[in-house]
Amino acid sequence: MLYFTRWKALGIILTALIVCLCAVPNFFPEAQVKTWPAWAQRRLVLGLDLQGGSSLQLEVDSNYVKKEKLDQIRDDVRRVLREAKIGFTGGVTVRNDAVEVRITKDTDAQPALAKLRELAQPIGGLMGSSGQRDLEVADAGGGLIRLSIPEAAMLDRMRKTIEQSIQIVEKRVNELGTVEPIIQRQGNDRILVQVPGLQDPTHLKELLGKTAKMEFRMVDPSVPPDQAQQGRIPPDSELLPAATPPPPNYVVKKQVLVAGGDLTNAQATFDQRTNEPVVSFTFNTSGARKFAQATQENVGVPFAIILDGKVISAPVIREPITGGQGQISGSFTVQSANDLAILLRAGALPAPLTVVEERTVGPGLGQDSIEKGELAAYVGSILVVIFMLLTYRLFGVFANIAVAINVAMIFGLLSLLSATLTLPGIAGIVLTVGIAVDSNVLIYERIREELRGGRSPISAIDAGFKRALATILDSNITTFIAAAVLFMIGTGPVRGFAVTLGIGIITTVFTAFTMTRLIVAWWVQWTRPKTVPI
Amino acid sequence: MTTTQLVLISLGVLIAVLTVVSVLGLLPSLRIVPDETHFDFTRFRRISFPISAALSIVAITLFFTHGLNFGIDFKGGTLMEVRAKSGSADLAQMRTTLGSLGLGEVQLQQFGGPADVLLRVAEQPGGDKAQQAAVDKVRTALGESVEYRRVEVVGPRVSGELLSWGMLGLMLAIVSILVYLWFRFEWQFALGAMIANVHDIVLTIGFMSISQVDFDLTSIAALLTILGYSLNDTVVIYDRIREMLRRYKKMPMPQLLNESINSTLSRSIITHFTVTLALLALLLFGGHAIHSFTAVMMFGVVLVGTYTSIFIAAPILIYLGVGEHREDAVDKATPAKKSKA
Repeated sequence: MLYFTRWKALGIILTALIVCLCAVPNFFPEAQVKTWPAWAQRRLVLGLDLQGGSSLQLEVDSNYVKKEKLDQIRDDVRRVLREAKIGFTGGVTVRNDAVEVRITKDTDAQPALAKLRELAQPIGGLMGSSGQRDLEVADAGGGLIRLSIPEAAMLDRMRKTIEQSIQIVEKRVNELGTVEPIIQRQGNDRILVQVPGLQDPTHLKELLGKTAKMEFRMVDPSVPPDQAQQGRIPPDSELLPAATPPPPNYVVKKQVLVAGGDLTNAQATFDQRTNEPVVSFTFNTSGARKFAQATQENVGVPFAIILDGKVISAPVIREPITGGQGQISGSFTVQSANDLAILLRAGALPAPLTVVEERTVGPGLGQDSIEKGELAAYVGSILVVIFMLLTYRLFGVFANIAVAINVAMIFGLLSLLSATLTLPGIAGIVLTVGIAVDSNVLIYERIREELRGGRSPISAIDAGFKRALATILDSNITTFIAAAVLFMIGTGPVRGFAVTLGIGIITTVFTAFTMTRLIVAWWVQWTRPKTVPI
Repeated sequence: MTTTQLVLISLGVLIAVLTVVSVLGLLPSLRIVPDETHFDFTRFRRISFPISAALSIVAITLFFTHGLNFGIDFKGGTLMEVRAKSGSADLAQMRTTLGSLGLGEVQLQQFGGPADVLLRVAEQPGGDKAQQAAVDKVRTALGESVEYRRVEVVGPRVSGELLSWGMLGLMLAIVSILVYLWFRFEWQFALGAMIANVHDIVLTIGFMSISQVDFDLTSIAALLTILGYSLNDTVVIYDRIREMLRRYKKMPMPQLLNESINSTLSRSIITHFTVTLALLALLLFGGHAIHSFTAVMMFGVVLVGTYTSIFIAAPILIYLGVGEHREDAVDKATPAKKSKA
C-alpha cells in the first residue's frame, strides 16, 4: 500500500496536475481566452442564477398540430372522393380526433376505402424503415369510413414540428442580439430557451408568442363588412378582424395569393412621404411572379395583408406591382415595425408556442449570489482546514494538501466538461470539502486503531490504508448513486448541485486512493518514523 | 479593505501558523473520543426504537395534518423577488396596489434588507397563459419603482411534472441504493440500511412540515443528499460489522455491534463535525436562496443521520437475524476478549 513505482507516482501526479490545469482558463478574462487554441478554451459556465438571465420553457400546442393535420386530411378526403366521383352524405366531418365520411352507396364503399388508403404515406418519408403509415383508414360499417392518425405518426409529426419551431425560435432570439442563447428540445413537446443577461423577458415572450403566419389575400368587395357580420358571407370568403382595433372587419377571400414563405427579406424603414414607420419586404422569384399576376388582374381592388388571422392593412392596388418589392404600413411604432420585420425574416412557426415556465434572475441578485457563495465557500473550507490541523497535526497538513488538490481537480473537471456552476453547485463544492476530509478521517482513524493494536508504524499505516480504502469506496458509491439520480431528474440549479456533488465524489475517491497515499508514502520514505504523530 | 476580507486573511494566517507548528510536531494530540471507549450503544435500542417509531408517527401525522409548504415548483404560480428603488419597500401600499389586480391572494414577505420583498401569486385558473398574464399585470402595477431581482413562473402542467419527477427520483434513488447494498452486503444489511433511511427521510419531512420551509426542487435535492450521506455513515459502520463478523466468530451480536460502533465512533463524530462546519458556513453566509436547502440538510445529515446509523441501523441487524448462523450458537459463546483472532 505504501510502495509506488516511480512511473506510477509520476502518472498520479501528472493526472492530478493536468486535471488541475484545466481550471486555468477560468482565471483569465473571456476575451483573452478566446485567442487561445480551441482545446484550451473550455471553462466553467455560470448558471443563470449566478450570471443573471432568463430561462423560458415553451410548449408546442399539440392539439393545434393535430387539428391542422385532421383539417388537411378532411380536405384530401373531399378532393379524392370528388375526383373518383364517389357520392357521400352529410359532408366530411372532423369528430373524436378522426375524420369521418359516410359513403352514400354500399357498392361504393370498397372502392372508396381503396382510394382513401392511397392517401397514407410511410412515416419518416420514403427513407422511413418502420413500415408504419401516417394514416389509419377503417371501415366503421354502414358506409361510414373513419380516418385517424396513429400514435407513431403523431409523434413523428410533433418531432418535425419541434425541429422546425426550434429553427424559427433560434432565428428570432438571435435577432435580439443576445449573447450565446441556448435553445434546445425538451421532451416530446417542449423547447427550452435560455438567454444569459436578459433582465426582462417580456419582449422576448412577445416575439415568441406570435406564430407570424403571413398571407396576402384579396378583399372580397361583393359583401360589405356589416352585412357579413350578420352571417352573409360567400363560401369562399371569410370575415377577419383588423389587427389594430377599432374595426372595420374585413371580408377576405380564402384563397391565398402569396404566403410569408415567399418572402426573402423584410426591413423596418420609414415611409418616404409620410415618415411613418413601415416594413419593406422582398419576394423571392415565384412570390414576385404570383404577386405581379394578382396585382395585374385586380387593379383598383384592395388586397389584405394578414398576420396570424388579423388584417394589418388593406391597401388598394393602384398599379401592377411587378418588382417583387413592397411595403406594409399599418400604424406601426418603430418597435412594432421592427418586431414585424424580425418575425417575417425568421419565418412562421408551424404551431403556436405557450410559455409554461419562466425563471428570470436579475444581474444584481446573480452578483449577490456569487459573493455570498464565495464567502460561504471560503469560511467553510477554512473552518474545516483548521479543524483538521488541530485534530491530526502533521497528518492534518497532509489531509489539507489532499483537499486542496481535490478542490482544484473539481474545478478542473467542471471546466473540462464546460459544466454549469450554480449556487446550489457552490454548496455542493463546500459540502464536498466537508466530505472529502472524511476519507482522510477514515484512513487516519484506522491507522490510530492499528497502532493501538500494537502494530509498528509502517505496518499500521499500511493496514490503515488497506482497510479504509474499501470502506471509502463503498460509502462514496451510495452518495454517488444519489447524485446520479439527482442529475437525471433535476433541472437548472439543482442539476448544477448534482454535477458538483458527483464530480466531488469522483475526485475525493481519486485523491484518497492516490494523492493521500502518495504523500504519506513519501513521508514514510524520507523520515523512516519510529512513531506516528497522528 | 472590508472586515470580511480582514477576517478571511487573518484566518489564512492562522492556518499558515498552525501548518508550520504541525509540521514541526509542536501541537498536542487531540482525541475527540478517548482511545478505549466501550459504550454500550446497542442496549439503547430498547429506548431508541420506540422513540424513533413515535417520532416517525408524529412526522407522518404532521405531514397529513400540517402538510408541506409547497413552493411554486410543485404548486405552480408566480414568485418574484423585488427590491424597492427608493431604499425601503412600502408593504402596505404594495399590498393595496396588488390586491386590486384581481389575482386572488398575493403574499408579500419582507426578507433580508428593508427594500427586499418576496412576492407570491397563487396559481391562476385558466392554464399557462393565465400565469403569464398575471406576471404582466404585476409588472405593470409595480412598474419601474422596483428592481426585479428574480421572477419565476411555473405553469400548472410543469409543476405537476416536477412533483412526479421529484417523487420518482426519490424512489429510484432508494431502490438503486438498496440494490447496490444488497449486491455488496447481505440482504439483511440492505434492509436494515433501508429502514434506517426511510426513517431519516420521514423525520426530515416531519421537520419540513413543522418548520414550513418551502418544499421545492431544492428540497428534493436536500432529501437525496441526506439519503446519500446518511447511508455513507451507515455503510461505514456496516463495513466494520462485516469485518468483525468474519474475525470474531463467537462474539455475541450485541457486543460485536457495540465494538463496531465504538471503533468507528471517533470517525463518525469528526466527520459530522466537519460536515457541520461546512453546512454552518453555508447557512450563515450562503444567502437566503439556499437557506432552506442548508437548514433541511443540517437537520437531516447532522441530527438525524448520525443518530440513525448508531442507534437504528446497527442494532436493527440483531432483529434481522444477522450473525445467527455463525459457527456456534450466539448464546453459548463466551464473550471474546478484544484480541487478534
